[in-house]
Amino acid sequence: MHELIDSLFMKELGNAVLREKKDSAILKIGSRKIAFTTDTYVVDPIFFPGGDIGSLAVYGTVNDLAVCGAKPLFISVGIVMEEGLEMAVLKKIAASVGLAAKRSGVKIVTGDTKVVEKGSCDKVFINTSGIGEVYRDGLSTARIKAGDTVIVSGPIGEHAISVLSKREGLDFGTNVKSDSAPLNGLITKALKASKNIRFMRDPTRGGVATTLCEIVEGNAFGIAIDEKAIPVREGVRQACELLGLDPLYLACEGRVILVVAKEDAAKVIRALGSNANGKAAQIIGNVTGEHKGRVILNTVAGGKRIVDMLAGEQLPRIC
Amino acid sequence: MKYIDEFRDGRLIAKVANEIAKRAGGRVYTFMEVCGTHTMAIFRYGLRGLLPENIRLISGPGCPVCVTPADYLDKAIFIAGLEGVIVATFGDMMRIPGSHSSLEKEKAKGASVKAVYSTDDALDMARKKADSQVVFLGVGFETTAPTVAASIVRAKREGIKNYSVLCGHKTMPEVLRILVKDKSVNIDGFLLPGHVSAIIGTRPYEFLSKEYGKRCVVAGFEPLDVMQSILMLVDQSSPRVEVQYKRAVERSGNGLAQRMMRKVFDTTAASWRGIGRVDHSGLKIKREFSSFDAEVRFRPKAAPPRAPKGCLCGEVLKGVKTPVECRLFGKACNPEHPVGACMVSSEGTCAAYYRYCR
Repeated sequence: MHELIDSLFMKELGNAVLREKKDSAILKIGSRKIAFTTDTYVVDPIFFPGGDIGSLAVYGTVNDLAVCGAKPLFISVGIVMEEGLEMAVLKKIAASVGLAAKRSGVKIVTGDTKVVEKGSCDKVFINTSGIGEVYRDGLSTARIKAGDTVIVSGPIGEHAISVLSKREGLDFGTNVKSDSAPLNGLITKALKASKNIRFMRDPTRGGVATTLCEIVEGNAFGIAIDEKAIPVREGVRQACELLGLDPLYLACEGRVILVVAKEDAAKVIRALGSNANGKAAQIIGNVTGEHKGRVILNTVAGGKRIVDMLAGEQLPRIC
Repeated sequence: MKYIDEFRDGRLIAKVANEIAKRAGGRVYTFMEVCGTHTMAIFRYGLRGLLPENIRLISGPGCPVCVTPADYLDKAIFIAGLEGVIVATFGDMMRIPGSHSSLEKEKAKGASVKAVYSTDDALDMARKKADSQVVFLGVGFETTAPTVAASIVRAKREGIKNYSVLCGHKTMPEVLRILVKDKSVNIDGFLLPGHVSAIIGTRPYEFLSKEYGKRCVVAGFEPLDVMQSILMLVDQSSPRVEVQYKRAVERSGNGLAQRMMRKVFDTTAASWRGIGRVDHSGLKIKREFSSFDAEVRFRPKAAPPRAPKGCLCGEVLKGVKTPVECRLFGKACNPEHPVGACMVSSEGTCAAYYRYCR
């Protein structure tokens, strides 16, 4: 995916804003700065433990705005549905979109629906775009320094396992719930507590491993993380053992990774902990001047290894 | 997690590493971990870095998808292209290159290919979709073969007529004979595959120590298992087959699973990607069960196997070369665009090198 974006879209469409590759574009209109983002949701199955495509589509866009230091305000919703989709299903999704918007404090202000022939899309796809007002400017990997602390706001991998567990043919009888949730409240608390949060990103596709790799890519620092410190709940660990998956690569939809000045780390952990969704926040590693552009994991066994980006999908092993 | 964390205890592992260094003295040992899951564990936990420099670990041919030849994939792709057929497969097989394509690419073009976790899922699919033919890709060693055999027996008993297996199963011991006979392969001992051994027991490996003087330890898959097994290899005063993975492996193996395999499969010669044809190293479905044999049912066509140009997978599988010695490694061949089989599966040696120790 990274290769596709770089080789095709950046080449055709690249400009100064796009090239920053942030979760949201930061735009100046008059004297005010706004954040603008878009994302399309094609999750299969559309209902999964702890969420559904409707709430996911709202929270995903809210979170992309929030991690850029913006207060999410307005959301658009575009729905593409497959001919024959039951009205009851659509109703359920619409209600979920509404509830999620309310929970995140955003307004759905414009929308669109299209119906396509059976087989032209899988049940329903949703695109959301969002606008937010930037209240903390300058969050950027350029501000990260050796010695900074890396924090994750909660246990990882729950969204991926929840969705995977309900895919056809892969039902392995777990009841892990997706972590899908809005992060704007949590992030506001963290930003209020510290002026020294350098950068934030929500570890969605490719999980914590891929997000950390994106943070170090092409930069003059590396990140070292400690396997023992990474919060992974029992249900996710069990599923990973069973399926041969690495939790570091599993998508989260309600977690954020924060890079913070070391002296503010404890403050930020406390601030995150004051929000119900941040109670299990943990320091998982630190930024180092060594192994530039690389993420290194100190394993539970006492060894070290490189953590790489996810290529393709994490496929189940066979034996 | 109970009974897992104990086997990942960093302090214990450090102790064993010290002990290995002490007992090995200055002597250089080369051990082959036969199984892909061992390769993964070694990389995933960074165990190489904990071993003294004179202990050399090389990865063997024990990643089942890696040794599956291109012509098998060609047959699977042929079948996947037939009207009304669903190919059910372990996920790892999706990206393995055949001669011209892969199941993943064919799926993107519209072929019906589904990843499943077990034969149970495939059988279920056959029960639910009575108007489709479900073909399960039977690959893997003695670990997966018994369950595939059981699925065939079950399909016969239940009268499930739309289920069949494309059999590409391989068996472990004979390919190890090829390795120890090959003069270019220089190995002092083997970390033998724990799960295969749980099925076949230890007797089939006896020739390695008796005829070829190799040290052998059947090893578990947690980091402490691997480290303890290496210690046991270093410690052997005379070559023999020992079991470290006692919590799963009995010397006689699993009789029920062995009987199930014997009931459904005959032994045959098999072609191994990178190694070639090895007598008595594969399984084929017995005539008695031929109505569940996808080869018989669909007569798939395939070109004779050929290795991609410049690819060193064969040497890598034998442990003669390391992935970094391959010109394609990390350049033309990477996890997003695998050329050789060792890059495709996450358990392949090249994929493990790429991910964990470039």
